[in-house]
Amino acid sequence: MSQQGAMNGAEILLKALVDQGVEVIFGYPGGAILPIYDELFKQNRLKHILVRHEQAAVHAAEGYARSTGKVGCVLVTSGPGATNTVTGLADALCDSVPLVCLTGQVPTHLIGNDAFQEADITGITRPCTKHNYLVKDVADLARIVHEAFHVARSGRPGPVLVDLPKDVVQAHGEYHGPTRFKSKYKPQVKGDLKAIEKAVEMIAAAKRPIVYVGGGVVNSGPAACQLLTQFVRLAGFPCTQTLMGLGAFPSSDPLSLGMLGMHGTYEANLAMHDCDVMINVGARFDDRVTGRLNAFSPNSKKIHIDIDPSSINKNVVVDLAVVGDAAHILEDMIKVWKAKQVRIDDKALRAWWAQIEQWRGKDCLRYPASNAIIKPQYAIQRLYELTKHKNPFITTEVGQHQMWAAQHFRFEKPNHWLTSGGLGTMGYGLPAAMGVQVAHPGALVIDIAGESSIQMNIQELATLAQHKLPVKVFILNNQYMGMVRQWQELIHGGRYSESHMHTHPDFVKLAEAFGAVGLRAEKPSQVDDLINEMISVDRPVVAELRTDASENCFPMIMPGMAHNEMVLGPEDRSVEHPGSEEDGMVLV
Amino acid sequence: MIKHEEIQRHTIAVLVDNESGVLARVIGLFSGRGYNIESLTVAEVNAADNLSRITIVTSGTRQIIEQIKNQLRRLVPVHKVSDLTIEGPHVGRELALVKVSSTGEKRVESLRIADIFRARAIDSTNESFVFEVVGATEKVDAFIKLMEPLGLVDVSRTGVAAIARGAAAL
Ligand SMILES: Cc1cc2nc3c(=O)[nH]c(=O)nc-3n(C[C@H](O)[C@H](O)[C@H](O)COP(=O)(O)OP(=O)(O)OC[C@H]3O[C@@H](n4cnc5c(N)ncnc54)[C@H](O)[C@@H]3O)c2cc1C
Ligand SMILES: Cc1ncc(C[n+]2csc(CCOP(=O)(O)OP(=O)(O)O)c2C)c(N)n1
Ligand SMILES: [Mg+2]
Repeated sequence: MSQQGAMNGAEILLKALVDQGVEVIFGYPGGAILPIYDELFKQNRLKHILVRHEQAAVHAAEGYARSTGKVGCVLVTSGPGATNTVTGLADALCDSVPLVCLTGQVPTHLIGNDAFQEADITGITRPCTKHNYLVKDVADLARIVHEAFHVARSGRPGPVLVDLPKDVVQAHGEYHGPTRFKSKYKPQVKGDLKAIEKAVEMIAAAKRPIVYVGGGVVNSGPAACQLLTQFVRLAGFPCTQTLMGLGAFPSSDPLSLGMLGMHGTYEANLAMHDCDVMINVGARFDDRVTGRLNAFSPNSKKIHIDIDPSSINKNVVVDLAVVGDAAHILEDMIKVWKAKQVRIDDKALRAWWAQIEQWRGKDCLRYPASNAIIKPQYAIQRLYELTKHKNPFITTEVGQHQMWAAQHFRFEKPNHWLTSGGLGTMGYGLPAAMGVQVAHPGALVIDIAGESSIQMNIQELATLAQHKLPVKVFILNNQYMGMVRQWQELIHGGRYSESHMHTHPDFVKLAEAFGAVGLRAEKPSQVDDLINEMISVDRPVVAELRTDASENCFPMIMPGMAHNEMVLGPEDRSVEHPGSEEDGMVLV
Repeated sequence: MIKHEEIQRHTIAVLVDNESGVLARVIGLFSGRGYNIESLTVAEVNAADNLSRITIVTSGTRQIIEQIKNQLRRLVPVHKVSDLTIEGPHVGRELALVKVSSTGEKRVESLRIADIFRARAIDSTNESFVFEVVGATEKVDAFIKLMEPLGLVDVSRTGVAAIARGAAAL
């Protein structure tokens, strides 16, 4: 162990974090990471948010990252501390969220000895991180930390883990700033101009175009969302968004068809099916979006703009790929479009819009209103109406409530909608909201939750209390794992195997026990008061709404079905004939 | 997805940082995504720049092969991925050590065949030989097949090392 350098490893690490622009760390201490916690104690540049479970630290960092565009940072101990982060890392990988997760490790001479709280965390997390490192020498520490941040934020963003043996952070070494290192990791950012020109040509010839926008545009940043909006308006094309792409294009714009896919709108899915040119910007043809692949948009030419070459031709073979960052490519596309003075076929486009308006006329998101029982859709609509002036950040858990939130809340700006799309992690919403609130102290942050999901990371209410984070938890309590119950009703003969929890905590008392405010509404007439009270208190709130337990989420493309075979509601006959799961989407 | 497309065999050369875990990343990628590995060889090829070269023989549809290459390129320690099968002519060789245990006529016959294949006996006892045979996979396969009735007891193969023909480097 070298003793020459002026700084020990822990100091080097914290200096590197500061130089990388880190302001907040979400973490939980333990033996192997104590030297770093000791250094943390001695400084005041970095704020530490003490969570109640390491999984929550990762989701909180995700919330922080996705709402700011910065890299989220996590600090946990070895062994169980590290293994508790696995679900969060997998979640961040699926949804392309930039994180750096720092894990303690047993001293290097004990690695491989089954030492106390030793886990091969680089081995365990290899498939659920973008990249990971084990630092074996303090001389490599600064370089690796800088590179970790570079990898996390460059190209397609993702989580990076750095494993820190205790002796390495106690050893002395030299610190070097980020400019000293040149990473060999350089993903392509600019799109190929020839391909962009070709794309504009294809788009100009379209008669029934559609723009299919994904989370990649949000990843690229607010500039990309601006450029996308500019492009869509310039062309006058219909634009649909994936679950991850909501907010990239304003929901209120008449050109927006809303979300597509399994629980997307009728007009978005039919337009995808019938289009002749599809322009995919930063979306990955997920199976929840495509439905049965051999029936997916059968007659269209497909253009795919994506920063990750492995997203191209993975699920759907496309006619033209443009690899690079969405903002750069959109900027070039607009330039080329204007330079070529593209004239689209107005007549065809008008006919296409007439068709779309007809589909829109179905009003596929309508639901039977009720004075007696709170309809979940109603609760979300009221939440939107009563909070929109505050431009809130919305996170969700996973299930029906998540889909209703996606359908009935509206998003004008990116980075305000945070949900676990790819992994579908119940328990994501509360800690993610915590991370958002840390990044935006004055903002209204609401976790739209189900009564089952919320119990997966309910302990974080204590974190809210400790750090005075006034997050609002808006629970749609339908007494069931509603999404599971829905599939059982529609696909498994109504056999509700283990989807009903016979006991739930009294959420009002539970809120109080955690130092939060507890509210409850049982009738539609109480909903507005509950929401108004919830947003008026400057404290964490748990608001429970007793909602219709039998409500199902529609529209829905059943597993194995195509876009043009979607089921609009319970009265729709095709509910009884679901296809096979093999060629379509898989269960919740 | 094109399900019924033809399965092709490709030889892919990958230049990687010679660091711990890099092989696990490559192998994990193949197992995690359900790709085939027919053979895989790895060794350091440039000590100054700390680079290793991995040669992978894999098979799949065109779309799968494209995915494999893109997924490999996505790994941070991977510098270069080259599909030797489509990027022009290349040569591939593997080495096998083949142990044959027999006596009498079979023993003589095994030596005769080894001679035809230019395989060398690098170990011998009264009732066994170890042959070293080098060549393209098909040649090594053929040699092993011929040894089967002649007392074949053990085989160790290196897998394919491959390189493009001509002057250009990877
Ligand atoms: C219960 C449940 C139901 C769901 N139902 C639906 C549904 O009905 N509809 C739906 O859409 N989803 C649904 N999902 C979500 C779905 O599983 C996927 O997560 C989602 O569709 C993926 O969104 P995306 O295609 O935008 O890709 P993302 O996962 O956001 O991936 C982004 C893509 O953009 C690329 N990219 C990243 N950065 C850039 C950049 N700077 N420039 C260009 N490209 C970039 C990436 O390489 C990647 O290919 C559901 C999830 C759950 C849990
Ligand atoms: C960690 C985890 N476990 C299991 C699932 C499968 N799953 C998806 S939705 C769901 C039910 C969610 O119930 P709730 O939170 O009450 O939401 P609801 O559907 O009722 O709105 C389950 C169990 C999951 N997505 N994540
Ligand atoms: Mg529920």
